[in-house]
Amino acid sequence: MENHRFVLVGVGGQGTLLASHLLAEIGLSLGLDVKKAEIHGMSQRGGSVVSNVVWGKPVFSPVVGEGEADTLIAFEKLETLRYLPLLKPSGAIFVNDHEIEPITVSAGKQIYPNNADIEATLHKFTTKVFWIPANQIAEDLGSARVANTVMIGVVLKGLGVELDYGVRTLEKTIQSRYLELNLRALKAGYDWLAISNHKG
Amino acid sequence: MKRLLSGNEAVARGAWTAGAVVGSGYPGTPSTEIMEIFARYPGVYAEWAPNEKVALDVAIGAAYAGRRAFATMKHVGLNVAADSLFYAAMTGIEAGLVIVSADDPSMHSSQNEQDNRQYAKFVRIPCIDPADSQEAHDFAIAAFDLSERFDTPVLLRLTTRVCHTSTPVEVSEQRFVSSDPIKYPRNVAKYVMVPANARRRHGVIEHRIQEISQYAETSPLNRMEIRSSQLGIITGGIAYQYAREVFPEASILKLGLVYPLPAALIRNFASMVERLIVLEELDPFIEHQVRLLGVELYRGKQTLDTPKGIFPIVGELNAQIVRKAAIEAGLIEGEMLQTSPSFPMELPQRPPVLCPGCPHRGAFFVLSKLKVPVNGDIGCYTLGLTEPLNAIHTCGCMGASIGVAHGAAVAGDQERHVAVIGDSTFFHTGIPALINVVYNRSNVITIIMDNRVTGMTGHQDNPGTGKTLQGRDTTEIDIENVVRALGFTYVKTLNGYDVEGIEKTLKEWMKISDPAVLITREECALLPEARAKYVPLEVVEEKCNGCTMCFRVGCPAISKSEKLDPRYQRPLAVIDPSLCTGCEICAQVCPRDAILFRNQVLDKQEIDQ
Repeated sequence: MENHRFVLVGVGGQGTLLASHLLAEIGLSLGLDVKKAEIHGMSQRGGSVVSNVVWGKPVFSPVVGEGEADTLIAFEKLETLRYLPLLKPSGAIFVNDHEIEPITVSAGKQIYPNNADIEATLHKFTTKVFWIPANQIAEDLGSARVANTVMIGVVLKGLGVELDYGVRTLEKTIQSRYLELNLRALKAGYDWLAISNHKG
Repeated sequence: MKRLLSGNEAVARGAWTAGAVVGSGYPGTPSTEIMEIFARYPGVYAEWAPNEKVALDVAIGAAYAGRRAFATMKHVGLNVAADSLFYAAMTGIEAGLVIVSADDPSMHSSQNEQDNRQYAKFVRIPCIDPADSQEAHDFAIAAFDLSERFDTPVLLRLTTRVCHTSTPVEVSEQRFVSSDPIKYPRNVAKYVMVPANARRRHGVIEHRIQEISQYAETSPLNRMEIRSSQLGIITGGIAYQYAREVFPEASILKLGLVYPLPAALIRNFASMVERLIVLEELDPFIEHQVRLLGVELYRGKQTLDTPKGIFPIVGELNAQIVRKAAIEAGLIEGEMLQTSPSFPMELPQRPPVLCPGCPHRGAFFVLSKLKVPVNGDIGCYTLGLTEPLNAIHTCGCMGASIGVAHGAAVAGDQERHVAVIGDSTFFHTGIPALINVVYNRSNVITIIMDNRVTGMTGHQDNPGTGKTLQGRDTTEIDIENVVRALGFTYVKTLNGYDVEGIEKTLKEWMKISDPAVLITREECALLPEARAKYVPLEVVEEKCNGCTMCFRVGCPAISKSEKLDPRYQRPLAVIDPSLCTGCEICAQVCPRDAILFRNQVLDKQEIDQ
């Protein structure tokens, strides 16, 4: 199989690394070769965070270069734009419709782009853009902290992977006291795409 | 059953499987998790040492005593440990000794991008360079065996992309059990490096490295993958993955042992291919040695004798960079991948910042107000350099702040210098530098920002926390007592959030000419005990006039609201309750008492109920 390359981006503290871990484990449970590459350190302090997951048979490079990503998963709107050049022409974008102001914006030095501009820019790269109210869905379930799992649910549906692979991976990965909430978040994301009118 | 392990997890597992019983390290990205994971295995002793030299001395001590041992650190840590590395190479060991050095190409979280394979050559010890987690696991085991077979320390060199990439690994459930430890050696000629002994040992290690290069010829760590004869690639470490990705048809000599090199194997491989190249990240380490063998390398269209033939010498590689360089060198056909339609928008930067509630913020706010030169150090508190605090002017390496400040003082710089250092860094290399200040009488003011944990690398314990890596209660070293014992008379400990107290103290000390040490002590706001105490503060809109004072503390929880002050039309402050911890620094600096303190917020909530 051709490698399928994911780029996951967000802001330090949003659970990007956990989501990458879930995605990698799901790939492994599908019987694929998997590599997951992430960067730790300073960026975890509220900075921009990126990690790569590659599924394939076999996978060599763990790093996704410019124009190589099949799927870009963004937990924050602005970060979608920052890593857009990594996307393959006509690759898919999953964006969490959630805004976290960087300090440069709150300090008044720079301006956060508005939704229309973001959308227009994304559409220059691809028509497959999914806007997901993941924080809203997660809050309705009880905690914005599981927005990352909601996103993974949406992505699984988008890729045509059965929900059960996600469920089994969560059961293996998530601490028992958070498991139930995460399972609901995964399913909520999965169902959201199933019933939404996205043409992609 | 294969499981997904990061390179770091795989090294820890491999060390355990190899029967290592002692591990000592200092946390440093990308190496940190190795010792954290190793500490959890049964039947091992694992510790955080105050610095990498101590860690390596500990591992050497264990290996002299006949127990397999290893030390872990990031690449720059090996500079700190270099002194010990060199004597250990001279003496050799009784049981396997492995030094794990994690390099950081592209400097994701480091001050330089040194290629530590060079150390192996410098010291004459073998260097092993795995390409994924399976190899990290297998090569860790091989490193201990190699160490004992040739009576030498072994450098297991990792890079960020191996450390923090997770790939499937098959592990063994069996642990190697070494025979009963030997009686402690009484071998002065081998283990006491006075000049007469050291002279003999130098000959020994030069002979040893020749023997190891003979071994390298048939070592299973190196392998040939013969495919097409048109192109041959000599490669190792993570670069192997890029070689396979970009040149699927090429024949490959995959070196796991990247020092010393197998000369005959390389010549043999070269004779089997029409064009030969070396693909490696950072320094032309293999490339130079191959060229010294007289083996001809394909240099592409280059006419100048550049230090590195085809691929970049700076920064991390990836498949795309390799592909681009290969096209330019005429190695493969193809056009560059069409990327990024031109980007129509300028994006706001998102630099890392001091977290909301960070106890370092108070001192940095004062320092930025006082406009004094500040010599900084490595840790979370390096982020005091960012807007709007702009409070750090130098930052070189762990423990450098105090010495650099002292240097300016003795050089006669007219401004009063403040050195800033964290608690873990104080224990790492801060103490000798402080001794120098008090001994050589400079007027440096040192602020030890004690957030009760090693923060940047993810909350590791250190000599000040009262806990060991393996969770045992232990002596909690009292920083103030240590500083007093060094001979400082001006010493004070304040709460990190006490902006007024910090300002008053520093201003007083500016008037005297003695060295002084201020300890700002408050636990990291991300620790669970700190989280339990969060109380989000509130802005009283009627009192706020948009003066911007609170914005200057640089807290991500405070931003400009859409409401304007009626008089000056300036945006009012607003606090994000999901981010605010209630540290009260903003409330302290607000000149109009427009930000409620914790007690006021709690009182108000009671009234509301």
